[in-house]
Parts: sequence; C-alpha cells; structure tokens
Amino acid sequence: MTPLLDVRDLHVTYPGGVPAVRGVSLELTAGETLGLAGESGCGKTTLGGALLRLLPRGTLVTGEVLLDGEDVLTMRPGRLRAVRWTDVAIVFQGALHTLNPVRRVGWQIEEAITAHEPRAQRVRARVGELLEVVGLPARRADEYPHQLSGGQRQRVLIALALACNPRVLIADEPTTALDVMVQAQVLALLEKLQHELGLAMIFITHDLSTLAAFCRRLAVMYAGRIVEDGPAEEVFRGPAHPYTRALAAAFPVIGDPAFRRHPSGLGGDPPDPLDLPGGCPFHPRCPVAQPECQTLDVELWPAGEGRRAACIEVLEGAARG
Amino acid sequence: MADPLLAVHDLHVRFRARRGAVVRAVDGVDLELHRGEVLALVGESGCGKTTLARTILGLERPAAGEVVFEGAPIAYEQRALRRYRRRVQMVFQDPTGALNPRQTIYEAVAEGLRVQGLAAAEEERVADALARSGLRPPERFVGLYPYEVSGGQRQRVVIAGAMVLEPDVLIADEPVSSLDASVRGEILALMLRLVRETNVSILVVTHDLGLAWNIADRVAVMYLGRIVEVGPTEELLAAPRHPYTRALLSVVPEIAQVEPQVLAGEAPDPTRIPGGCRFHPRCPLYASGEAVRLGIEARCAADDPVLAEVARAQAAACHAVAHGA
Amino acid sequence: MSTVATGASARRIAWRRRRRALGRAWAEYRQDVPGLIGLGLLLLVVAIALAAPLLAPESDLRAINAVGNERWAPPADFPPLGTDNLGRSVWAQFVWGSRISLLVGLAATAIAIVIGSVVGITAGFFGGPAAAVLMRLTEWFLVIPFLPLAIVLAAIIGPSVGNVILVIGITSWPSTARVVRAQVLTLKERLYVERSRALGASRRHLMSRHIFPNVSPLILANLTLTVPIAILSETTLSFLGLGDPTRASWGKMLDEAFAAGALSRNAWWYYLPPGLGIMAVVLAFVLIGHALEQILDPRLRERRR
Repeated sequence: MTPLLDVRDLHVTYPGGVPAVRGVSLELTAGETLGLAGESGCGKTTLGGALLRLLPRGTLVTGEVLLDGEDVLTMRPGRLRAVRWTDVAIVFQGALHTLNPVRRVGWQIEEAITAHEPRAQRVRARVGELLEVVGLPARRADEYPHQLSGGQRQRVLIALALACNPRVLIADEPTTALDVMVQAQVLALLEKLQHELGLAMIFITHDLSTLAAFCRRLAVMYAGRIVEDGPAEEVFRGPAHPYTRALAAAFPVIGDPAFRRHPSGLGGDPPDPLDLPGGCPFHPRCPVAQPECQTLDVELWPAGEGRRAACIEVLEGAARG
Repeated sequence: MADPLLAVHDLHVRFRARRGAVVRAVDGVDLELHRGEVLALVGESGCGKTTLARTILGLERPAAGEVVFEGAPIAYEQRALRRYRRRVQMVFQDPTGALNPRQTIYEAVAEGLRVQGLAAAEEERVADALARSGLRPPERFVGLYPYEVSGGQRQRVVIAGAMVLEPDVLIADEPVSSLDASVRGEILALMLRLVRETNVSILVVTHDLGLAWNIADRVAVMYLGRIVEVGPTEELLAAPRHPYTRALLSVVPEIAQVEPQVLAGEAPDPTRIPGGCRFHPRCPLYASGEAVRLGIEARCAADDPVLAEVARAQAAACHAVAHGA
Repeated sequence: MSTVATGASARRIAWRRRRRALGRAWAEYRQDVPGLIGLGLLLLVVAIALAAPLLAPESDLRAINAVGNERWAPPADFPPLGTDNLGRSVWAQFVWGSRISLLVGLAATAIAIVIGSVVGITAGFFGGPAAAVLMRLTEWFLVIPFLPLAIVLAAIIGPSVGNVILVIGITSWPSTARVVRAQVLTLKERLYVERSRALGASRRHLMSRHIFPNVSPLILANLTLTVPIAILSETTLSFLGLGDPTRASWGKMLDEAFAAGALSRNAWWYYLPPGLGIMAVVLAFVLIGHALEQILDPRLRERRR
C-alpha cells in the first residue's frame, strides 16, 4: 500500500548552520498512528514543522516529503496553502499563547475554515459541530483563550486542526503540560477521532509510555536522526537501542519492584548540534559504548521483524545470527 | 512510631480571588513527615499541593491550623522564620527561573550561607555542596552562569543551594517535571542518595505517580484541598482504596492491565468546592450507582468524609471505604 | 575536596567574568553603528564643552567687549560663526552655551532618576499603603504643568540655572518612577526572589542582591532617554526667557536670535548652530540609549547559549 506520507532523507539546517534534522526517512499510511519520541534538541519538532514548510525563512531543507506522491517541499505557494490544513494539519501544545489571545476561539476556527473555503456556508454551525466533536459545548465558541483551562484549550486546538477535514494530523506535544487525568481525556479524544475519521497521525512527544499505548509504530530520535523504529509496544517493552532503553527506563512501571527506589537516568546532556561527537552521536552517554562507537558511522540496521536500530549491538547481534 | 519531624494539623489556607470569591486552597489537611523518609504529595493542578508546600515553608500563612516542626509550631516573626528556614529548605520546579541569571553558580549556592550569616568556611561548604550534588569538579562550575549549564545541572545547583545549609527537611516541588525524561532519573537518584547520606527528609510534591513509585516511602493523595488517601507506597499504589486514587492510577499509561477510568470533566475550581464529599460529582462509584447499592449515596452528597484508617498506617477519606467496601 | 581552588578564587573569577562581560558588552556596542554615531556625537559635544576656555575667551560673551565688532557679520567676515545683533561672537556663545545645555541636562536627569528610582523601587517592592501614597504623589507630580511651574518659580525665586534644573527635575521623575515600579513588580514575582526568601533572606538582601541589579539596566536606559528631554526642556525655558539671563545657553541664543529678527535677516549663522547643537546632543543620547537597551536586556543575554 503506497504510503500517504513518505519522507525521504530529510535534512533541515537552521540559519547559522545548526543541523536540526540529519537524514530522516519515514512512512505513514492512511489511518496509521506513528509516534515520534525524543527529548529537547533531538529535532522532532523541527521535523513536524518541516513537513508543512513552517520553518523560519532561511532554513535549508533538503530531501523529499511526498504527500500522496506530491513533494511538499517543491510545491508552489498556492498549492502549499491549499494543502496546509486541508490535507495535513498540526496540533500544537495548548499553551496560552498558541491561540490568539484577543480573539474569541470560535472566530479563530472560523478563520481557518474561511481561509480555505472563502465561500463556505454555515460556518458558525460547523464551528459549533467541531467544538462538540472535541467535547466542548458549542457556546464556548464565544469565549477567549484565557477563559479556558489548559485541557479545554487543547481541545480547541484539536477542533482547529480538524476544521478542514485533513487526512493527516501532526500532534506536537499535545498533552505534555496537562494533568494526567486531562491527558487521558485528550488522548481518548484523539483516539476516538482517529478511528472515526480514519486520520493518519504523527504523535510527537518525549513521553515514550504514552506513545507505546497510543501508536501502532514508534520512532525514536536523537541528535537529528532516527535511532530506532518499529511496532510501538515491542520497541517500548524490548528496546534495541541503548538510548531507547534509557528513555523507557525513565517511566517507571508502577507495581514493578525493579523500579522501587531505583531511579535510572542518563548522565550527560543532549549533544550540541554544532558540536556533534564523531561516530555514533550517543556514544558519550551510552552505558554500553564500545571503542568502535567513536568512529563507526551508524545507520538503521534491521533489529527484528519490522524493526530497525542504529546501534552496533544490533549489527553484532545479526552477525552472531 | 517516633514523633514526626514535621507535622501539619488541620491546616487551612485561603486566598481572596476576583470578585471576593474565597479560594480554599488547603481545606483541612493533617500530614506527618518522619525523619529520613520520602513522602510524595500527589495530586493534579489546583489541588493545593504547592500551596501546602509553600505554607509548610512559611511562605504563606495559614488561615487556621498550624505547622509543627520538632514538636513546636513555627513562629512567623522574621528571625524565627530565618532560623526555621535553615532547617527546612525548598527545591523548585523551574531550575532556570529559580536562579538569578546575573549570579554565578558559586553565588547562587553561597547565597543561603550568606543570608543565614554562616560565613565561616563558605568556600569549602559551597564546593562540598556542589560536589555532593554531582557537579564535579566544583571548580569547573563555580564561575559559570546558569545559562551556561544544562537544565539538569541547574537543578543540581538549586539542590546544592538548599543542601549547603544542611537542612532536616527538603521540600521538592515538581523537581524533575521541567527536565528531559532521560535526565530525571539522575536527579531522583541524587535525592535518594542525599537521604541515605544525610538522613534528610524529603517531601516531594508531584503529579507523577511513577515518580512516587520510584522514590517515595509513603504517598499522600490530594484532591481539592484535602488529603483523600495516605499510606505506604507499595500498599497504596498496588491496592488503592479511594476511587480518585484508583482512577488516577488507571490512566497512567504504564499500567496497561487496568481498565482506564477516565473521569469526566476537570476538577472544579477551589472557589466552588462541592458539598458533601468533594469528589462525589466525579466519583465513578457515585455515578455508576454503586453508592446507591451500598446505601451511602445520601452520605456522599451531604457528609464530608474524614481520613479514616483502613489498615496499618494507611488511611482514606471515603464513605464507601469506611463502609467496608 | 579542594578549598584553595574555590572561595577567594571564586570571587576573583566572578570579578574577572564581570570585567569580561563588560568587555563583551562593549564589543557588542561597537557593532551597533547608530550607537557608535551617538557616542561620537556626544564625545564631540562634551569635548567642546570642556575645551570652551581654549576655544573662545569668555570675555567674548560680553556685549561691552563686542562694541568694536561689526554686527550681524556672516561667518565669512567674522570666523568662525559670525556675530549676533550686538556684535558678540556667535562661536563663543555656541561653545560656552554647550556647557549649560549639558550641565542642566545631566543635573536635572540625575535628580529625576534618583527620586524616580527610589520612589519606584520603594512603591514596587513594599506595596501596601505606603506604595499607594507614593503612587498618588507620583501622579500628582505627573500632572503638574511644566511651563506654568517654571514661570511661577522664576517669578518667585528669580531665573537661574539652579531653578531650571530644579523645575526639570521635579517634573521628570514621575515617569521614571512609574516605569521602575512596573519592573520591580514583575521582578518581585520571579522565582529566584522566592527562592531567596525561602533561604531566609531579609528584605534588604532581596532589594540589594536581586531587585536592584535587575532593575538598574532599565534605569540606565531610562536615564539616557531622560537626558534629551531635560536638555530640550532647558532649551524651551531659556527660549522663553526663564533661564539665567547672565549665562549663555543654546536656548538663550535661539531666544535672542528670534527676538532680534535673525530669521527675517536670514542670519542663519545665529540660529542654526544652537539648533543643530541641541539636535546633535539629543540625537546622541537617544542613539546611545537605544543601543544600551538592546545590550542590557537580560532576556537577550540568557539566550546567548
């Protein structure tokens, strides 16, 4: 089945020469959920922005982003505007400043609709329906963002993203700042919408455990590259890459005595993109680094059924058979 | 059991909001912290846990009730408060905001000593505190400014700044929530090490149950200004009694075995606390009719349940639990 | 555990770093071309003011000594800037007049900044009834009309440089006070101030170690923007005859030039130099202030990593 979204060897370099994304390839089929995990500075948000060409002027983007075969990166501005929001939409973190603070939320959703369908009918009614779909009463369209709670703002952002019936939804840390119960509500909502509307979703977050529960497939990013990918549950329960292992261990399993009084974390800091270590970028912090890791050019090697990992252990494991 | 090091008796903390509404941030809380123990105060935003922590530290004054340290209620007179703050210290949620960007790391850590008038051997103590917080060698860090080190290291500086006073109690308000996931473990491990090495008691305020499982000896769950359940970590998180605790646990992604009970709506704001049991409008037991079946429905809507013992050192504030369910 | 490596050396390190930070700030300033232009202009005017005795004898300012000079002489006839309606050297007036403009500008600003900062910091930090009183006082002074006050004072105590400085100082401090208070209010809520409080800091410590260092860049920027206002105010007062009639000042030059009909005579050498001089000084301070603001903004500093 041809993928709905096919990213090939994407490189993104910010003005000033900072390489945020260094060769990422991934595929998304219709109705599929893909999780993108990583921490600050790994390039995941940049990747999300690059898919819709939302990066600042002067950013160098190479590679291909094929949406149904059409390359987003070479689209003419008119076509790009048509594609944005009607085919691919983004849900950002629901912070107070993500929505225009001086406009009512209903107006902001209307704006999205009329921007793409200037002669749309029944716009107010559609806005009301969208709000209901995300679990908010239609009358809240008349409120300002500061009158809503964090969870409610997040729902408004989801409604905003759905305004033009996209096929792909990119969710960038949509639940990070929310309480665990509200997080659960928003995740349940996203799951429901994903099933009912057949949306393909890319879910970007650092919370590996959420991705494991929510997404079918999962890719872990570090220093601008994907270091592991595969079926979400398998990757979470049995990581092949040491970084994934460390990230997974940061989310203790309640009830498991192994985590009791035994916090595990990684020493060091995420690498400076302007000063990346040679060889595998993770080796300075890797608990099982070997001498070759300092010079070996790592790639995503097969690590099981439908799984890949960019680690020498995988290569050795395969060699050992 | 030995007398608690720090205790809170029937504490009420209230604020005045817009249009005269009264925010009952802490609405009758009893809590104890023992020497050398790690107590996790768990709850969602708006439950009053940060206000409780700040009141314990003396940054807020209670409307009623008292904070008792080593058997004596704390005095709010300036000199007495300063003495108290030598013994009870705080670590903040945002390590970047907690450090003055114009001060070097040395000055940030030494500030506590200077403020408390403990100038003797300042240099050694700062170096020692930095080293104990994992910033080794200290010389490398003393001349740096906060923006020159990572988030995890900044939090270590804040911890060093608190520990340099050799306090008996450390209150940590969401100490790792603003840090990268892979770095959290290191800071938590540091905190456990400090408990082992200095016998400091730690009160961790957090919304993260996984964190509680990771480092806490006991857990207290807070909802809308009240403690609704408290007990040893293993017992409470493995077999929670209060319906709120059960719901919270059920939605944690790491627990896939339990059917998630996603509560409807959000916690009501603390200016309009529901009558009777404050949780009953969202309580799954009440909504599903279980409360009717148990014959306690009227009580849920009218009586405020008290924290009652359900097992050794474990208590919950719920009519259903008290009923023996 | 090394004791020698930290401690005294840590303080030395801190001072070294502060000096280096100053050096960096200067390097950054150097890159701001308008800022450099402003600095150059200011240094030029200050040099003229300081070198006044070397550039023109003070006796040239007196009309008595100018009796023998041709009146309304253009610069071609009487270098470098010609003569006025009484035959006095315009150059001498220009050079000596610069002193008054700068003196009044700086002195009045000093008064305004000191009063404004003290009031602003006190009101912002302490709050409560004291702050309310201070703010009402500030508003009261804000409303005082500048010119009528100057006229009244000149009438009562006589026109003098001191009075001009006083009047300008009194009417300029309220805006500083309000800006400083607003900044202090935000600073008070910062987490590191709360941390300091949690460590047991007294209010004096908070004020001196956290509030003041973080509000002083604002005060400095405010200062560099208040000076031009003060200079323009002095010009206005002198132009209206409320300044010291015995001292040369650029404003007085403009006053006398217009009164004597320099415009209709097209004696540009009489009214253009003081006008351009004032413009240059005001522009200099505005450019410097703008450049400083960019450099001293702590938010920009933090993101340098």
